[in-house]
Amino acid sequence: MRRIGDAPAVRRLLIGAALLLSALFLLLPLVAIFAQAFSQGVMVFWANVSNTFTLHAIGLTLVIALLTIPICLVFGVALAWLVTRFSFPGRRILQTLIDIPFAVSPVVAGLIYLLLYGRNGWIGSWLDTHDIQLMFAWPGILMVTIFVTCPFVARELIPLMQAQGSREEEAAVTLGAGGWTTFRRVTLPNIRWALLYGIILTNARAVGEFGAVSVVAGAIRGKTNTLPLHLEQLYQDYNAVGAFASAALLALIALLTLAAKAGLEWRAARQEAFL
Amino acid sequence: MSQLALWRSGSARVLPGFGLSMGISVLFISLVLLLPITGLFGQLAGLSLAEYWAIITEGRVVASYMVTIGAAAVAALVNAVFGLLLAWVLVRYEFPGKRLLDALMDLPFALPTAVAGITLATLYAGNGWMGSLLEPLGFQVAYTWVGIALAMAFTSIPFVVRTVQPVLEDLPAEVDEAAMSLGATDGVAFRRVIMPHLWPALVTGTGLAFVRSLGEFGAIIFIAGNMPYETEITALMIFVKLQEYDYAGASAIASVVLFVSLALLLAINIWQGRFVRRLHGGTG
Repeated sequence: MRRIGDAPAVRRLLIGAALLLSALFLLLPLVAIFAQAFSQGVMVFWANVSNTFTLHAIGLTLVIALLTIPICLVFGVALAWLVTRFSFPGRRILQTLIDIPFAVSPVVAGLIYLLLYGRNGWIGSWLDTHDIQLMFAWPGILMVTIFVTCPFVARELIPLMQAQGSREEEAAVTLGAGGWTTFRRVTLPNIRWALLYGIILTNARAVGEFGAVSVVAGAIRGKTNTLPLHLEQLYQDYNAVGAFASAALLALIALLTLAAKAGLEWRAARQEAFL
Repeated sequence: MSQLALWRSGSARVLPGFGLSMGISVLFISLVLLLPITGLFGQLAGLSLAEYWAIITEGRVVASYMVTIGAAAVAALVNAVFGLLLAWVLVRYEFPGKRLLDALMDLPFALPTAVAGITLATLYAGNGWMGSLLEPLGFQVAYTWVGIALAMAFTSIPFVVRTVQPVLEDLPAEVDEAAMSLGATDGVAFRRVIMPHLWPALVTGTGLAFVRSLGEFGAIIFIAGNMPYETEITALMIFVKLQEYDYAGASAIASVVLFVSLALLLAINIWQGRFVRRLHGGTG
């Protein structure tokens, strides 16, 4: 039986248009990043990547991501467990609240943290009298990064845990398993791939966040520059090749993220086919 | 209180961890998401209503609303068409490279916005690969609002594709087979049979893309040129005020942005909820 759009001419036209537009709109920028980064050869690329300021930016970016991931992980799992395993008044509100970071502009996210914890804020002024500075330093970067990345793990887990239901866990508990054992032996194996993908998304965003971080970081070269802030500074200094060297590192992480997603989806599809 | 007692003693609650997960979730949401918003209100409390109104209706700020909303609307509409095409092609046809095309759809979410920003600015500048082709033809993209719309469209295209794709996948083959066997042409069948199932998802995806575009910063500032009154977006206005240490001004404009984006998010959630209910027969 023929379906809509099955005529060879329509088919070819639509596939051709989709491929052409995607190539121009999505693939070309990706190619351009690496072309620019290597435009003066591998040696120049390497010199740009291995310079002190770039290395420091890479280090800070990794530290921020490494600190962000476990915090978002604990929150995401707790929230997903709460809203999918129990019913209580206010459940819908909690689920709506975690979408806030997706709707708020990154600049606004940075601003609200700056207002609260900066020297003029009501917490910031108290911290200031005790000589604790969070804004324009790495703790500020960490705080806004947690803000922008906290929904990812929960958003991956909630639909899956909702679909799976709680029967298996209830069986385990009824048979006498403790809460922690139930989670580790029953829940975790069921959600591990979604959990992993949530972590990958959290990492990608934590590494690449720009707007929120640029408000609270102060961009002190060699001190509070993350990789995205570093590449912005180089770009503004008309050092395009240097900027694209850092951009290429970030693009590589993005490509690994896409590959991981494709891999996890392939695994999920295969599992489904076997069942 | 009685309700609290009711769910404490609820016989359905077999599973442990209610207190712990509730504690972590509420503590985290209060500290990370809600507490910082009080800082914004604290700053705004120092302004009189007249001062507040003067800041948010100043000429340069109003011009930035226009640029942001206009470019975001164009980007969202372009993405509605482009995203629908991509979702359709990815669901309905088999062709070499399909898996790669599907993976490529998530690139704008995975790629840091600043990287997208400097790349688009370099590509579409007068001496860039695209700019050197387009500018002799009279199309200037970089440093105009077209560039802003382009950057917005780039960062938000996955919203449309990934919202429409699953709905299209779930559509049973009988739907269009019936239309075709009754002799409808492709165009009529698509409009009359497919679109009624698809458009709630299409509107949701386009709406999400629009909200994202309104707040986008990193991808835009490099290609925008940032000329006051012409190519300055609202997120940049907030940033500029902050650099001038005008915290009150930045907060006032941010409160407008925050209010609009939260209102739109709520509207999209309600809209989505209504259609999910209608499609699943009144419950859920």
